[in-house]
Amino acid sequence: MTGSTAIAFAIGLPIFGVILILLNDRYPNIRDTVTLTISGCLALIVFGMVPEVTSGGRPTLTFLEIIPGLPIAFKVEPLGMLFAMVASGLWVVTTFYSIGYMRSHHEVKQTRFYACFAIAISSAMGICFAGNMLTLFIFYEILTISTYPLVIHSETKEAVKAGRTYLGLLIGTSVAFLLLAIVWTWFLTGTLDFTPGGILKEKADGPILGILLFLYMYGIGKAALMPIHRWLPAAMVAPTPVSALLHAVAVVKAGVFTVLKVIVYIFGTDTLAGIGQDDWLMYIAAFTVIVASCVALTKDNLKARLAYSTVSQLSYIILGAALANSLGIIGGGMHIAMHAFGKITLFFCAGAILVASHKTEISEMKGLGRIMPLTFTAFFIGSLSVIGLPPLGGSWSKWYLMLSASEAGLVFFMLIFMLSSLLNIAYLMPVVARGFFSAPEKPEHHDTNKPVGFWNGLNIGKIHEAPPFCLFAMAITSGGCILLFFYADKIYKMLAPVAGIQG
Amino acid sequence: MTEHLAALQVVIPLLCAPICMLVRYRDWSWSVALFGSWSCLAISWLLLQQVMTSGVISYHMGNWVPPIGIEYRIDEINAFVLLIVSAIGAIVTPYARESVRAEFGVNRVYMFYTSYMLCLCGLLGVTITGDAFNLFVFLEISSLSSYVLIAMGKDRRALKAAYQYLILGTIGATFIVIGIGLLYAETGTLNMADLANKLSKNPINKTIGTAFGFLFVGISLKLALFPLHLWLPNAYTFAPSVVSAFLAATATKVAVYVLLRFLFTIFDIKISFGVLPLESVLLALSIVAMFVASVVAIFQPNIKRMLAYSSVAQIGYVILGISFININGLAAGIIHLFNHALIKGGMFLAVGCLFYKIASVNIDKLAGIGRRMPLTMAAFVVGGLGLIGVPLTAGFISKWYLIIGALDRGLWWAAVLILLSSLLAVIYIWRVVEVAYLKPSPDGNNHIEDAPPSMLIPTWVLIGSSIYFGINTDLTVGVAKQAARQLLGGG
Repeated sequence: MTGSTAIAFAIGLPIFGVILILLNDRYPNIRDTVTLTISGCLALIVFGMVPEVTSGGRPTLTFLEIIPGLPIAFKVEPLGMLFAMVASGLWVVTTFYSIGYMRSHHEVKQTRFYACFAIAISSAMGICFAGNMLTLFIFYEILTISTYPLVIHSETKEAVKAGRTYLGLLIGTSVAFLLLAIVWTWFLTGTLDFTPGGILKEKADGPILGILLFLYMYGIGKAALMPIHRWLPAAMVAPTPVSALLHAVAVVKAGVFTVLKVIVYIFGTDTLAGIGQDDWLMYIAAFTVIVASCVALTKDNLKARLAYSTVSQLSYIILGAALANSLGIIGGGMHIAMHAFGKITLFFCAGAILVASHKTEISEMKGLGRIMPLTFTAFFIGSLSVIGLPPLGGSWSKWYLMLSASEAGLVFFMLIFMLSSLLNIAYLMPVVARGFFSAPEKPEHHDTNKPVGFWNGLNIGKIHEAPPFCLFAMAITSGGCILLFFYADKIYKMLAPVAGIQG
Repeated sequence: MTEHLAALQVVIPLLCAPICMLVRYRDWSWSVALFGSWSCLAISWLLLQQVMTSGVISYHMGNWVPPIGIEYRIDEINAFVLLIVSAIGAIVTPYARESVRAEFGVNRVYMFYTSYMLCLCGLLGVTITGDAFNLFVFLEISSLSSYVLIAMGKDRRALKAAYQYLILGTIGATFIVIGIGLLYAETGTLNMADLANKLSKNPINKTIGTAFGFLFVGISLKLALFPLHLWLPNAYTFAPSVVSAFLAATATKVAVYVLLRFLFTIFDIKISFGVLPLESVLLALSIVAMFVASVVAIFQPNIKRMLAYSSVAQIGYVILGISFININGLAAGIIHLFNHALIKGGMFLAVGCLFYKIASVNIDKLAGIGRRMPLTMAAFVVGGLGLIGVPLTAGFISKWYLIIGALDRGLWWAAVLILLSSLLAVIYIWRVVEVAYLKPSPDGNNHIEDAPPSMLIPTWVLIGSSIYFGINTDLTVGVAKQAARQLLGGG
């Protein structure tokens, strides 16, 4: 399969899946098999493109021009390739998890759930491979709209209210700021193609670039820079697989991915570093890193705590991009993958705990690690990766980000990264510690009358674990955290051309 | 035959009107209207092709040479407006069959088609004519017939709405005829090209200034420019569904065309924007319209009224584009004229489907309707996305050019306001979406009972084309840019 066809398939296949999913509304087993098959095929297609891209190929695909001179166009480059690998690979794992979770939790409207999920993945692929800013914007908006039904899945009053925050902030910022920035860029340069070295070079003077940077950064609401991060905690009312794949990987990473793309290919790191208009961005990102971590400390609800942790971690990537040197770009790009594996594992665990023991608050989880040892072990591994300790993947991205800060001569931001790691320990480790070392407050008595069966969980003696499908997914992602520690150089080599490092 | 196309464009609907009256039987008069509207569409398409390939068409009525005789003069801009009006007419007519039968007494159906054909004839006539007084005559034909159409609404308040529109519309028409009279007194001609020629040679005096003032106010009333929009919400709310859709998509658009014609062709830009600070007036009024009308729309319990206020806001976008007086801005105005006609027409048709089934368009009656009438509500939502200006819908293209126009003019704050106001559309559309999809039906009734295909298909044709013209913009952008260039005198 040539690169161009692969792009078309990567975007089209999930949409084809949507049709099959909708047709099999009444046959849950066929429907779920369809989702699994499609996600597997998508991952194969995406991974099939990797050799061509790493050897310097840049497959392109162009559709009709929406606005004269401005077509819907795709062009695969390493940053997008990496994000596509992460998103499509984790979709397969999440599908396994979803099947276990949704059945065990007896969720309603599962067909709508799987259909919207597939549309979201298709638009994430569109974002990954977008060849110009307009194409990216189009898929960015489709991603927002297609995830709305997933956020309000339960259709309770609370969910509808959260849906308003979600849609209001994401659509609001993207229309008011991002679209303006895009049209302005087009007006100034006459192109929106992602071009190495940037397109705004010498096209606008300092203050205008500063305003544009502001419009882009606050227009990309999905990157959850404070104070427009509120939508992410709000989105936690969604079923856990959604929080796991979309609100720890696909949607939020689409945000920071767009930030990286804009800084690398629209502004150009040299231009940005040269004009000195991005200092404010570094400080805002650093502020978000620290403050979001502190807010996470105060949250007793596990998913809310993880959500604020994500807000904080996303700003690592923004900070890396704002540092505007090659190590910052590599560290930021790598953190997309590293944080994805770590955080998805944590969310999988949160969902497993909910399904198996119906607990959402951290204070209720005393001694739960003894009942759910596998889940809590996975949580432990995921936590270590998010904190950034070896031998887990997360340590590498943090390493490069700190190197980048030192290369820029900004010791302050190195300290921010260190302080943030300490805060990570402070809000993640107590969950594990409480699970394993605290004694349960009262003996579990409702264990005996729990429904037993393949879809309802794994029961062996005192152990009451999540359904096997969920456990399998957690094993894969936490294993991934460990593997990534050993294969980080592959990501480094892949991203090197983007960051302007040869070989 | 082809050389008489220009005349046939008006003559066919004019003849269809009395025939509808004479045949009386409802399906026959519907067939006559169907024939009339579709042949109008075919003619306007042929005319547009002819204009695009071989330039301006000048047709002399009865072979009287202008400026003595009446001239029909078709260039890019009015060929495009002709296409908009006749296309909407052609799509609405099949829809009307079921809808009109349900909303009118069976015996009054032929009266609807008669007035409808007259209204279509008037709107096409206003657009096609090259004679200022003839324009006034057709404007009155379309206005009088639309008063009748609105008064046919089932709700008794329709009478009051029609009366209100009658009074305000007549004031507007009077202003226009006074303006035309003053121009005639000054120049001794009524032919538009001749007027333009003579006005550019005469020095600007008080008479011309007064004429311009009267014309501007009169036309602004007709196109419902804020704050002269007061007739519009009631008229659209209480008119029969078909009439709301047809008028929303055509009447104000034709009035905008008339404004363009007077501002740019008859008066020179130097007069239009030199005598009065019209540029700032239009800019200010349109921005106020965008915000005030959108905010008012958010609080409307009646969906038709909500859409009506949204129309006032959307007219604000069109006028804003015109006030930039540059190619991109003017093109944006013309593009939005077309796109908004498709979107709003489609949305009013969707609302008509709702009314057909549940006999109400109040938002609190719509709980759970998204499950009961999925295709209708889906059309409404897609149309709503177009109003917001989501990419891949036609509304996005309008907004894109509008912002480029603003930046071209150096008015970056206007660009910001355009985007902020489109967020208000998110609120009023989403309010409906939440009720329709997320609230349970009051009686737990969840089985699907969508509107009949004869109503759904026209609705989806309009909504579908609003998507099509969001992806393929060759026709809209191409024609609009050419028209804008011509209006600005660049040839």
